[in-house]
Amino acid sequence: MEPESPAPEAPGGLPGPALELRAIDKRFGAVHANRAVSLSVARGSIHGLIGENGAGKSTLMNIVYGFHTADSGEIRVNGRRVVIGRPRDSIEAGIGMVHQHFMLVERFTVLENVVLGAEGGSLLGKGLAEARAGLARLGRDYGLDVPLDAETGHLPVGMQQRVEILKALHHRADILILDEPTSVLTPPEADQLFRMLALLRDQGKTVILVTHKLREIMAITDRVTVMRQGAVVHETATRDTTPRALAEQIVGRAVLLRVEKKPARPGPALLEVRNLEVRDRFGVPRVKGATFSLRAGEIVGIAGVSGNGQSELLEALSGIRRPSGGAILLGGRDIAGENVGPRDRRGLGIAHVPEDRLRMGVVGSFSAEDNSILGYEGRPEFSGGGILRRGAIRSGCERKMAAYDIRPPAPRLRITAFSGGNQQKVVMAREIDSKPSVLIVGQPTRGVDIGAIEFIHRRIVELRDAGKAVLVVSVELDEIMGLSDRILVMAGGEFVGEVSGEEANERTLGLMMAGVRGDPRK
Amino acid sequence: MSAPGRLPRWADYGLLPLLNLCAALLISGLVIRLIGESPWAALKLMAAGAFGAQDSVGYTLFYATDFVFTGLAVAVAVHAGVFNIGGEGQAYIGGLGVGLVGLAFGSWSPWIVVPLGIAAACAFGAAWAFVPAWLQARRGSHIVITTIMFNFIASALMTYLLVNVLIKPGQQSPESREFGPGAVMPSVHQALGMIGIPFAPSPFNLASLLALAACLLVWVFIWRTRWGYALRVFGQNPQAALYAGISPQRTILVSMLISGGLAGCLGVNELMGSEHRILLDFPGGAGFVGIAVALMGRNHPAGILAASLLFGALYQGGSQLAFDMPHVNRDMVVLIQGLVILFCGALENIFRVPLAALLCRAGGSGRT
Amino acid sequence: MEAFREIILLLAATIRVATPLVLAALAGLFSERSGMIDLGLEGKMLAAAFASAAVAAATGSAWLGLGAGVAAGAALALVIAFACVTHRGNQVVAAMAINIMVAGLAPALALAWFNQGGQTPQLDGPGQRFLGLAWPWSQAARRHPLPGLAYAELLSGHNVIVYFAAALVPASAWVLYRTRFGLRLRAVGENPLAVDTAGISVGALRYQASIISGVLCGVAGTYISTAASAGFVRDMTAGKGYLALAALIFGKWRPYPTLGACLLFAFADAGAARLQGVALPVVGVVPVQFIIALPYILTVLLLAGFVGEAIAPKAIGAPYIKEK
Repeated sequence: MEPESPAPEAPGGLPGPALELRAIDKRFGAVHANRAVSLSVARGSIHGLIGENGAGKSTLMNIVYGFHTADSGEIRVNGRRVVIGRPRDSIEAGIGMVHQHFMLVERFTVLENVVLGAEGGSLLGKGLAEARAGLARLGRDYGLDVPLDAETGHLPVGMQQRVEILKALHHRADILILDEPTSVLTPPEADQLFRMLALLRDQGKTVILVTHKLREIMAITDRVTVMRQGAVVHETATRDTTPRALAEQIVGRAVLLRVEKKPARPGPALLEVRNLEVRDRFGVPRVKGATFSLRAGEIVGIAGVSGNGQSELLEALSGIRRPSGGAILLGGRDIAGENVGPRDRRGLGIAHVPEDRLRMGVVGSFSAEDNSILGYEGRPEFSGGGILRRGAIRSGCERKMAAYDIRPPAPRLRITAFSGGNQQKVVMAREIDSKPSVLIVGQPTRGVDIGAIEFIHRRIVELRDAGKAVLVVSVELDEIMGLSDRILVMAGGEFVGEVSGEEANERTLGLMMAGVRGDPRK
Repeated sequence: MSAPGRLPRWADYGLLPLLNLCAALLISGLVIRLIGESPWAALKLMAAGAFGAQDSVGYTLFYATDFVFTGLAVAVAVHAGVFNIGGEGQAYIGGLGVGLVGLAFGSWSPWIVVPLGIAAACAFGAAWAFVPAWLQARRGSHIVITTIMFNFIASALMTYLLVNVLIKPGQQSPESREFGPGAVMPSVHQALGMIGIPFAPSPFNLASLLALAACLLVWVFIWRTRWGYALRVFGQNPQAALYAGISPQRTILVSMLISGGLAGCLGVNELMGSEHRILLDFPGGAGFVGIAVALMGRNHPAGILAASLLFGALYQGGSQLAFDMPHVNRDMVVLIQGLVILFCGALENIFRVPLAALLCRAGGSGRT
Repeated sequence: MEAFREIILLLAATIRVATPLVLAALAGLFSERSGMIDLGLEGKMLAAAFASAAVAAATGSAWLGLGAGVAAGAALALVIAFACVTHRGNQVVAAMAINIMVAGLAPALALAWFNQGGQTPQLDGPGQRFLGLAWPWSQAARRHPLPGLAYAELLSGHNVIVYFAAALVPASAWVLYRTRFGLRLRAVGENPLAVDTAGISVGALRYQASIISGVLCGVAGTYISTAASAGFVRDMTAGKGYLALAALIFGKWRPYPTLGACLLFAFADAGAARLQGVALPVVGVVPVQFIIALPYILTVLLLAGFVGEAIAPKAIGAPYIKEK
């Protein structure tokens, strides 16, 4: 939908932009999360902040909200420099934030959640009554109707989000930051949210919308800033740009990583997925009716903005998560049931490189060699009669380290002492070495240096050439295009399109990822 | 990625526990000073009390044997990420198993009865740990709370049994009758005597060999078997365990069964080795000493062995101290035990973080 | 009439047994509601029992004893908060450390200071103990079983700490549900991140809650050594701290149900002494140990979800670490 009215120019007569960031810099250890970021947000506007996952948007906003502290740089609100060291400072400066994961007490009523931190006195009675009246007014003004006495945890997600917005407004926020607000919303709920935001803007509030969805930027924002790898790379008025131009800025014109590979010679289907449905713990479907097949000797890439069901798909295929419907056929046998867990699937020849290495793929306090058998410790080459074959594990790890050029080649070194690329090689080596017929890889090169990226890609192609089936999920478009023989695009939990590897380009994929259905080539 | 400061192994297993122990001893010393005695003299008296004579060494090792069992019990569960505070109750019930064997089959040959007693100790201790473990695994009941509750339930159950069922007829104090001769674990001075080495009599008995074997077996299990591997994966990163296909429920159950079985072995040392009857509250807090021992021993059998010796010495030296210093009693040792738990456990970051920073600076940039 | 008299006396005993449980359970309520698992009730009470008896013996004033007991409880609470909030230590380990330390320290100091084998001297001087306050006409009223005896035994005749404990229940409920502090306390135990992002210090709240717990444990411990008995003896809290914790869980971390659980447990305890060897209808002779274990068994069943459901504060036991 289009905004109802253009942004009014600086109402209220206050000097300067509502929020101005100057050369904000932040490092987390080796990661340079924000590189001298400067940003100016006009009062009474909706400002979009877009970029891929890990581009530094959330870090930047957490700095503005006082959740992290910047290493250097300054923050100005209404032209005045403010020092924000904790959320309290930010709230006092008139900034409110709706976090991606709601900061709500589920067992509280809506009213209790809203007043938390702004109770209006040490006794609740009067403050609650005033808040109730104030909220009724806010509800009328902005269409933010919420049952004030309902238990928050029982409300649908969209409603909980409104509670967060009400909370910010009740804390007298003039600048409202929303971090990926639609990631948990259905499209109608998202439209409703946008109508509310437009209303807020029209009442003179300033809104910062952090998202990775182009559609939202185009639909609602007045200006947009693009971040990539921790830095601002582009800023423009929304009406002066197009989704295509933005997509290019977001992805960047980085060197296209073309992977040397011969044309695929796909054989019979090894894994077939039919009408797979996966729900999260709230019962919300994250994967809907996924149907596809993986053939021997081909690499299938799944492109999509993260959070569109790819993770759930991977976990369902590898046996970590039980699908709520559909079938996963491996050689004609349905393995979707719970009694075929990750270990059994490994036995059946499905290897899995998880998306989030440190969370799932390795045990941080273990050595490289101990990590090199994770999930395979029961195989005869690694243990006999329950006793681990230490020698074989060591020599196996040494062999893998040599074959994958893992540095330093020290099997007993703690895994977290290796660089990200070498950690990933340990995981890749472990999974590929298990001689799988199907390899499922999530984010093969997340946090991996350039040299290792090429290496890992070559290994994946080798596996394909050996007649195995490979499924790659990645948020890196270059990677998907470089590796895949066939590309499936996921949006909103569904497959919205399929293109062959040769035909794919950023634009067509980008549009499909943004949820434009069908085949955009037509 | 759990602790904020990472240390090299030698510092983690050696220097840090030593620093923590020093802090605990320092504060205990201050308390002794406050009482008006000399901490230094107290320390010397304790050392003499623990190691000064053969029989005192025997007592020290006897106590240490208890603590090896309960320390290992805590450690095995900790490796699976489970905090078992129920060692006291599991030891008590394990003792019931030993006792029942001793009372029923005491007239048989020790070659049968002693292994039977050990098996019963493990089985009863494990059974008592099974219920909280099952409740945690299947129903999500907080295992810390349930194991504490089970300590009290065990205590009530044993009181009931000793007062009403097992009591020796015609006797006032709630104790069972003495076990038959077959249910006696040979003491070390007897065993040494048989091969011609004289040793002063003490309750130190061959259950200590069982404790050493338990150390070895736990080490093998945790670091050398696939089940121990699975246990550690689950304890360190439950998500990775899920990914690897390691069942959380089964891991919790296995770790707790082993833990309870180890705690139960305390009964072998105390009842078969020393008392030869079941008596009220025989674990006497050894289950809780296990927490201190495991924390200080860094959950490693070798560390637990060392920490057990230390606590054995403290307990034996402490009783000796009470004889020689009229104003100090054995409770001082309990205080030290609490302080060790405080410094090795709850306050470990107080030394760990600065130490890590110091070592990092000393060793240049260090590894990253 | 005799049976009626027995019942009233049993209820009066229940009140006396319940008082330290109520105080300790409410102490636990404050710290657990803030997200800190409070296994240290036992140790804090025992320390207070010793400190109050020691000071009462030395000064002759029960009130100074109370002050000392409260100070001891609060000091230990600070140690726990320092370890668990400031240094993000394990709450269970910290509590066990406190419990064990006190179990050693109290008798050690008692021996050194009073030389009576780890006890404090008998408190029998005037004003050294908290004694029952006789309400008007209570002596005269005793002659009439109802309402006279009930008035004399149940309302009148208790010491000031009993009345304090009784008043503390509605007061705690009021603080928890009607004040800003209570709201924040409940929030921090459920979702500290929500509290932090609302601009409130998680650490400060948890310190406050911890100190409240220490103070109330101080009162409970004082009751045990200077009101319910006349002096400190080794291990005199005898698991009451854990029993109070069980009552708190049984009361689902809410003041009035917790009071109910304390009264139930106390009733069982008071009854156990009277039921020794007495055959009840239907069930026959119930072993006294079974009645003693009953609160623990019930709590386990509750935690297992077999009788009702106990949902702990969500964030309980976890140190608050900002960086995700």
